[in-house]
Amino acid sequence: MLDWVAGVGRSTLNIFTVLGRSGLTMYQALVAVPDWRVQFPLLVRQLYFVGVLSVIIIVVSALFIGMVLGLQGYTILVDYGSEQAVGQMVALTLTRELAPVVAALLFAGRAGSALTAEIGLMKATEQLASMEMIGVDPLRRIIAPRFWAGFISLPVLVAIFNVVGIWGGSLVSVDWLGVDSGSFWANMQNSVDFADDVINGMIKAVVFGAVVTWIAVFQGYDLVPTSEGISKATTRTVVYSSLAVLGLDFVLTALMFGDF
Amino acid sequence: MVSDNVIVRVRDMSFYRGERAIYDEVNIDIPQGKITAIMGPSGTGKTTLLRLIGGQLRPDAGVIEVAGKNIARMSRKELFAVRSRMGMLFQSGALFSDLSVFENVAFPLRVHTQLPEDMISDLVLLKLQAVGLRGAAELMPAELSGGMARRVALARAIALDPDIVMYDEPFAGQDPIAMGVVVQLISKLNKALGHTAIIVSHDIQETFSIADYVYVVADGQVLARGTPEELQATDQMQVKQFIQGLPDGPVPFHYPAMSVAEQFS
Ligand SMILES: Nc1ncnc2c1ncn2[C@@H]1O[C@H](COP(=O)(O)OP(=O)(O)OP(=O)(O)O)[C@@H](O)[C@H]1O
Ligand SMILES: [Mg+2]
Repeated sequence: MLDWVAGVGRSTLNIFTVLGRSGLTMYQALVAVPDWRVQFPLLVRQLYFVGVLSVIIIVVSALFIGMVLGLQGYTILVDYGSEQAVGQMVALTLTRELAPVVAALLFAGRAGSALTAEIGLMKATEQLASMEMIGVDPLRRIIAPRFWAGFISLPVLVAIFNVVGIWGGSLVSVDWLGVDSGSFWANMQNSVDFADDVINGMIKAVVFGAVVTWIAVFQGYDLVPTSEGISKATTRTVVYSSLAVLGLDFVLTALMFGDF
Repeated sequence: MVSDNVIVRVRDMSFYRGERAIYDEVNIDIPQGKITAIMGPSGTGKTTLLRLIGGQLRPDAGVIEVAGKNIARMSRKELFAVRSRMGMLFQSGALFSDLSVFENVAFPLRVHTQLPEDMISDLVLLKLQAVGLRGAAELMPAELSGGMARRVALARAIALDPDIVMYDEPFAGQDPIAMGVVVQLISKLNKALGHTAIIVSHDIQETFSIADYVYVVADGQVLARGTPEELQATDQMQVKQFIQGLPDGPVPFHYPAMSVAEQFS
């Protein structure tokens, strides 16, 4: 029993130590007046690697999820004769929940793990150390542009997810199953509130983007510089980000849509 | 003891890895404008010493002063300013894998100077020429051999003409010609520009041929210090064994372990 209490205490302490260290790391990386002449090209490069290269997986997933939503929505709603409402259902599900959450999970797997592995390999091959010795802070040069790139990319990817997903839904329900096109879009326009649904979804995207990229770059920066260390840290990035996204999604949903 | 200007002063410095003392209250002086060699068995902490001097590790006790200032007490900003006047050749080369050879050597110049592009280009090609790799400027680090990568790293370490250059095993993996070139280069930089050089190396002959002063470290202690001539004339058994490369003697070749008989019984 006492061992158990001690164990809990120790892990709690560990969690706070890691949180503190990662917070401090990010503080040192991000809180500074950026030198745009240097930082801007680095940021653009990372936006390409982190953001642009994730577009394909986001578009394909969004299309399929939109199509599945259209199909499921139709089969349920048609029993009540209200299949026109499928547009509203697809749009609300996507903007409020599925687009930010699924995009963030895919982003963690595709971009987050890559960030961790890349930074980890730089550490293992002493590139970070040699950069320090040249007098350049790797936190500013390596960590900061990658963090901002993730922070900016995810909301954009979520916006793309929304558009493609809704299009996928209309493809199935309107073009294939024959729901009336006019009522499909009209229903959607009437029920989706820009401030409540779209903006709230985007707020989720911004939070998820920050958290996932934070976890990814810190795991890379803080890992044990061996091949085993890199593989473990990469796994941790995906696991921790996924759990953080799902947990935070519940909290944010409760805050945004809960009636209390 | 060298009495003239000391640029790196290590006083009563201890450093631990876990329970093991890598350094136990050592004193080391690196004289300005001279070539000082740090020698010793593999795994005694020579690389560690360079990292301590560069401020990447902090001593657990004692002081390390670079140009009169305690490196462990510096703010991050001061530290990076001091480092811009140091060059370090890493044992592994540590080239930036996403930059070409040219950009690797140009990196310190771009960061610390405002020179126009054509001047940077000239300087970079000059440094690459000095290590015999001007023709490799457009290659990526992954396309280099180990010895080439190390020479590129050497060119990068001296790109800014730093006041202090730390060379971790500069001769390792070089063929006899390249080795001669590197020896000449280090010596020339020191004579012509007055760089302070700290060389970590196992190549006794090459190192002794250019070093002004030599420290032999082992087991967390400074075993011997002196000019190459003094060390060659020493009758200290451990030093003699190390310099002549004999496997048996007071310096153990083996990492501490149980006896062979015990292990295989
Ligand atoms: N990150 C680390 N964590 C724990 N121990 C370490 C670490 N780095 C080095 N050591 C230990 O510190 C000791 C000194 O290492 P160091 O790299 O300084 O040796 P060295 O003298 O440069 O050896 P070599 O000539 O083989 O390069 C080694 O015995 C090593 O086991
Ligand atoms: Mg070493």
